[in-house]
Amino acid sequence: MVGANTAFDAAVIRRDFPVLAQQIDGKPLVYLDSANTSQKPNIVIDTMAKFMRESYAPINRSAYTLAANATELYESARNSVAKFINANNSREIVFTKNATEALNLIAFSWGRANLQRGDVVLLTHMEHHANIVPWQMLQQERGIELRWVPLTSDFQLDLSSLPTLLIGAKVFSFTSMSNVLGTINPVEKLCSAAHTAGAIAIVDACQSVPHSPTDVQAWGADFAMFSSHKMCGPSGLGVLWGREALLEAMPPFLGGGNMISEVRLDGFKCAELPAKFEAGTPAIAEVVGLGAALEFLNGVGMANIRQHEIAMSSYVLEMLTGRFGDDITIHGPRNPELRGATFSFAFRGIHPHDLSQVLDQSNVCVRAGHHCAKPLMKIIGANATARASFYLYNTTADADALADALDSASDIF
Amino acid sequence: MPGIEDLYREIILDHYRTPRNRGELPPPAVYSEGNNPLCGDDIRIYLDVADGVVRDVKFSGQGCSISQSSTSMMTVAIKGKTVAEVQAFVRRFKHMMTLADNDEPVDEAINLGDIEALQGVVKFPVRIKCATLGWNTLLEALAEAIK
Repeated sequence: MVGANTAFDAAVIRRDFPVLAQQIDGKPLVYLDSANTSQKPNIVIDTMAKFMRESYAPINRSAYTLAANATELYESARNSVAKFINANNSREIVFTKNATEALNLIAFSWGRANLQRGDVVLLTHMEHHANIVPWQMLQQERGIELRWVPLTSDFQLDLSSLPTLLIGAKVFSFTSMSNVLGTINPVEKLCSAAHTAGAIAIVDACQSVPHSPTDVQAWGADFAMFSSHKMCGPSGLGVLWGREALLEAMPPFLGGGNMISEVRLDGFKCAELPAKFEAGTPAIAEVVGLGAALEFLNGVGMANIRQHEIAMSSYVLEMLTGRFGDDITIHGPRNPELRGATFSFAFRGIHPHDLSQVLDQSNVCVRAGHHCAKPLMKIIGANATARASFYLYNTTADADALADALDSASDIF
Repeated sequence: MPGIEDLYREIILDHYRTPRNRGELPPPAVYSEGNNPLCGDDIRIYLDVADGVVRDVKFSGQGCSISQSSTSMMTVAIKGKTVAEVQAFVRRFKHMMTLADNDEPVDEAINLGDIEALQGVVKFPVRIKCATLGWNTLLEALAEAIK
């Protein structure tokens, strides 16, 4: 439908996703919850099945060929991840259980080593709980001070107070895109402001990495994290990227097998990066699956995905407000260039939980609730919202199905 | 897929649109607050218990049609009942919601009246928590009142 330079066609792409091909009660599935978790293309499902059928073995610790080959596949996926986000090298890529664990790793490994009572960590009002609670835990443990960048009335970060908020800060940790509002933040600018103030910059990139080209070096960030399951890969796997020098200087996070080079009764020595942060048997098949997901996304082209989602945003915003006018309130920026295709909304006073239940009757899958961002919900004055989020496999037909289902919700309430 | 009409029965929508006993009670009435982390709903139950009898009950907070109507119907049903009667009533309701504690006897003879309309919620397991939010909060308030 869009595609500046290629024949990008979401209707064709969706054929690669078997979940989306099914009909329930004779109606197609309309999956609008990709900001939560994305569906999986055949290449990911098939690669993981093939790996488990033919090549599964432990990694990094056995000499036999099967294990050596499994290790090679695992490490090759790490190289793909490094290239995908333009990391300096693959030692900077650490696989974690999820992005939440990656944020906890930074808070507790880097944080405990570098933050003392009274030190300032700057967050924003649009953070996910995963970028709030670990810092609050550290606050309880260390007595650090948390500060918050507020929002403007058009759902952007209010940067007018940023230099003041950053005075004395050691950390500025923020999302690259709000999972509630869809707002895309000016990551390069925020990283640069953090560095000017002498703080490190941590980017919670969960909502942007699956949807647009990522260059962590161009960002000028120090750490970034994202999840495999939001970018067509399997769940149970997150990625932490960090500048090598920082990761090198950090103490380990979890202790156990694989993360050591030596263990004696009187102590241990850490393994080299990245094994130092990968204690225990990792999600081997999942990492291989993520490698396949990246191959798929690279094949489609991240710039094409971004263009498609800008076009989807234009369509969704115009269509919903055109059809429902003041009956729908969309909590987020109006400019498609400044946002991802994630829309939190209130509709005719119907509670979001009731709304999602009625939409489900039309196989329209949306999330209802606080989206793990309760402080933000309070700030925008909502207890809960419904959220429809679009990805590379969603078409304008999905958006129309959402609107039709919304109409039927009005009939009940 | 079970029909949506099993969930949104007319009596439920009526209590949602026109909730009974909404408001607050001043001390010495006790209150308890309950949250449903799934949907961000919160509910407060205010309870005035004297001489072992629920003299008055009110509720406040925000929630979906199921949690609001269930709580509204509950407040109508328990007003004037003794603490023991209320406890038995809650057990009977939770039994209908398939959440009975097997160690505690359920008096099947207790008539739930309008509240029977919530039986359809059982077909939508995700929503059972919505239907029981007010009731669990009531139990907490009750414990507070007879402490």
